[in-house]
Amino acid sequence: MSPLEIVIFLPIVASLAIWLGAPARITSITAALINLLIIGGIALGFDGSKLAPGEFAHVSSRVVLENPAISFAVGIDGMSLILALLTTLVTFAAVWQIVAEKDKVFHIASLLISAGALGAFLSTDIFFLYAFHELALIPTFLMIALHGHGDQATRRAVAWKITVYLGLGSLVLLAGLAALVLNLSEGPTLTFDVTALAHKSASLPAATQAWIFFVLLLGFGTLVSLFPMHSWAAPAYATAPTSVAMLHAGVLKKFGLYGLLRIALPLLPLGAQAQWVQQALLLMLLGNILVMGLVTIHQDRLDDMLANSSVMHMGYIFLGIAAGTELALKGAVVLMFAHGVSIALSFALCGRMRNQLGTLEFDKLGGLATHAPLLTVIFAFAAFASIGLPGLANFAGEVMVFLGTFDSKLWSPEKLNALQWTTILSLWGVVISAVYMLRAYRKIFFGTAASGLYMKDPAFSQRVPLVLLAAVLLIVGCCPGTLLDLIKTAWAAAKVAGL
Amino acid sequence: MSAFSIEVLLALLGLAIVLAAAFLPAVSQRTLAWTGIAGSVVALLLLCGASHAESSLPAFVAPYYSLDTLSLFYKAFALVITALVLWLIAESDSTLSNYSADGKLGELVGLPLIVCTGMMWMASAKDLVTVFVSLELVTVAFYVLVAYTRKSALSLEAGVKYLILGAAATGVLVFGAAWVYGATGSLSFEGIAKGVQNAAVNKSVLLFGIAFLLAGLGFKVAAAPFHMWVPDVYQGAPTPVTAFLSVGSKASGFIVLTRVIDALLANGSRVTSEVTNLLLISAAITVLLGSLPAIFQTSVKRLLAYSSISHAGFLLLALASRSSARFDITSGGVVAFYLATYLPMTVLAFFVLCVLRRQGIGDSLDELKGLGRRSPLLALLLTIAMASLAGLPLTAGFLGKMLVFVAAVDHGYWGVIGCAVIGAAAGFYYYFKVILAIYTSEGTTEEPVTVSIASKAIATALAAIILILGLYPRPLQKVLAAPAAASVALGK
Repeated sequence: MSPLEIVIFLPIVASLAIWLGAPARITSITAALINLLIIGGIALGFDGSKLAPGEFAHVSSRVVLENPAISFAVGIDGMSLILALLTTLVTFAAVWQIVAEKDKVFHIASLLISAGALGAFLSTDIFFLYAFHELALIPTFLMIALHGHGDQATRRAVAWKITVYLGLGSLVLLAGLAALVLNLSEGPTLTFDVTALAHKSASLPAATQAWIFFVLLLGFGTLVSLFPMHSWAAPAYATAPTSVAMLHAGVLKKFGLYGLLRIALPLLPLGAQAQWVQQALLLMLLGNILVMGLVTIHQDRLDDMLANSSVMHMGYIFLGIAAGTELALKGAVVLMFAHGVSIALSFALCGRMRNQLGTLEFDKLGGLATHAPLLTVIFAFAAFASIGLPGLANFAGEVMVFLGTFDSKLWSPEKLNALQWTTILSLWGVVISAVYMLRAYRKIFFGTAASGLYMKDPAFSQRVPLVLLAAVLLIVGCCPGTLLDLIKTAWAAAKVAGL
Repeated sequence: MSAFSIEVLLALLGLAIVLAAAFLPAVSQRTLAWTGIAGSVVALLLLCGASHAESSLPAFVAPYYSLDTLSLFYKAFALVITALVLWLIAESDSTLSNYSADGKLGELVGLPLIVCTGMMWMASAKDLVTVFVSLELVTVAFYVLVAYTRKSALSLEAGVKYLILGAAATGVLVFGAAWVYGATGSLSFEGIAKGVQNAAVNKSVLLFGIAFLLAGLGFKVAAAPFHMWVPDVYQGAPTPVTAFLSVGSKASGFIVLTRVIDALLANGSRVTSEVTNLLLISAAITVLLGSLPAIFQTSVKRLLAYSSISHAGFLLLALASRSSARFDITSGGVVAFYLATYLPMTVLAFFVLCVLRRQGIGDSLDELKGLGRRSPLLALLLTIAMASLAGLPLTAGFLGKMLVFVAAVDHGYWGVIGCAVIGAAAGFYYYFKVILAIYTSEGTTEEPVTVSIASKAIATALAAIILILGLYPRPLQKVLAAPAAASVALGK
């Protein structure tokens, strides 16, 4: 049994144990910790340069269906390792910060979402990659509808919105994946194996590649809240229970991006370069960065602001995907990790404030720094990381994406093309982020509270998840090499950069 | 022992149970029901052990009786669903006898075995006469079953509707068969397959007959636009009978439809495009007319009725997507696979409804509220059933839908695929409505729901089958590998 299979099934077993009556908090924290240690151990022993491009480590495969050929196949390369690290890290923080001991359902849901995300990131078979993601969505819907914030009518409406949006997005994705499998399978047997499908990708006509890529972009894009299919995301995160918001915004949403990087780009290299696809993607991601940026500025509650900012920041990762150069793609992966950690930290803090203060409206808050110095510092980490301040993880990713779009293969100094113009416009997004984040920071932590509300720093044990996530932001920000070493060879073969 | 004699014995057992119920009042109804279950299980074991060679058949039936893997699969399918329906009847005997005319369940326990005989025979049909006789055996028994709890007005209404519309549909079917016979000069599927390739056959006459034939069969499988009866009949019929209609009657309709379509779309057929288009149009509207109204239902039974219509649409799409050179699962194999996944999830859903009914809980969504705390096990089982009906990955329901989608994409039926996507997305909505109701906290009562250990075990086993088939469908695929070859052979 591969260690990866253990990592995927341990949370499921743990949640079953909790359902049957095992002590919820201890069981879920233990399971999350074991997973974190296993993935951490794999990362320490992982030598990215030893893996050939397109090759996976720790592989294991069990045949499930012979024709069409479907296997329960797992494997790990640099990119999936980084996302698995993100998942286990955020899961650990998310289950640790659950305080409502009486409600074991929070632990069960968090573990199931975690198992689904790990299954999606570690599967090398498209069938299971898709299936595990869906598994993670069910607890998300249920938790928002049953245990979300706000009155029942609101959270029901929000839960239905996300169900229909993501359900429809998943079906579009399914159609795209079916088209991919039908077009790329060699010989008479249909296969879902990512590696096997790659063999034929070079010979597929460019026009076919372009439309399949576009369908996949719409499907995966809906799951990542790509503009204009984004409107489910902000209300969902603002309504979801804290642990679910951390796991979905931090981890699960990265599935769509991972799918584009793992499936769409390497298997449909010509589709990604088709001009109309490229232009559509650039327009949509500008919508994310600029339109959603302006929407975010106008929010007057912390949870709404964070939720919208999370939609906005997806634009930068899409920019890396649109550029398609090695530097930009690596930047996109680092940014996925960094954004996951920073948004999870933000939502953890936001949940804590909601519990203690009862309101998240900027107008009612202020001066929290006086009584909660630690929270103030931690929030600064999350907020500054989100703006893209050097020294924190997001900066490394954003800079690589921006520089990647000016790769020498992509531009000539005489004339800027659409991609570079998009980058220049996207840079304004950094300014927008700074405006809303700094304003929120000032309003919440400084000055005086109009309502007289204040809160104290959390008890020592509750500081663990916050300090852990903040430390990761700092470490990756100062030495992005820790992540980049893992993805040394990831794209050498795909050569998506052959634009 | 040949497969044929098993069917004869099963029919005799059914008659014996009906007689025992009438003349031996000392024997309890539960005992009779469990006798029926034991009979079906023994028949299933005998069927596995029986000779599968056509030479083992008695000479007088051999020309009209096929024993290919597809027939054997559907025979086993009929036995399994019959045993499960009898189990549901035993579970809800107290509720049902309150509403029956004489306060007893006699025929309700015996007739399912007769229906089962009809379905098993139908699986082996080689010609339209056998189809007609066995179909009538099934349908006439169903007329009685649907209206059995006739002290309930809804059941009576359902019985009358089913009788009138069912009789009309049978008439249409026979009318169509007569025209097809007139055109091709044959009633056997083999002869019809030759007829549709024959340039001398009058195409208009043939198409006229095919249209009526498909309309009659469309009624049996609840395909639009012949689906109007479904919601009322499903809601009014006793819940175990609804489960039987939803799974058994649908499966027997589809085995016939599979054979008929295999014959009509044989290689070189002159009516390929017409029949395919007819199927595709029907599939598209069936999915839409099943899923969209389901969104607005407040009764779980009616919701399951509309969902059953929508599933029929997916099955029709599977039938229309003929096997191509590179996709070696035949459409008949996909249909059989889909039905095999459909069985456990539907029976499980109806089982929960039966148990709740016994405790005085109706089938409206509001009454399901709080089930999550009243019986965590039932709530979990119903959740698994609903997730699988919705087609969520890692459940059996997903694989069935996926095979249909892959086959349809292979043919490029994009318009119908679009409708199917809309239908499946609507499915997410209405099945999740049920799940949400289960886990909503404000229930009217906190009284725990009691279930017997045996029933718990059977229901848990059904849920386990749903999950295992979702993760590891290989055994089922192996069983179905041969019918694929068989129905292609018929096509050639």
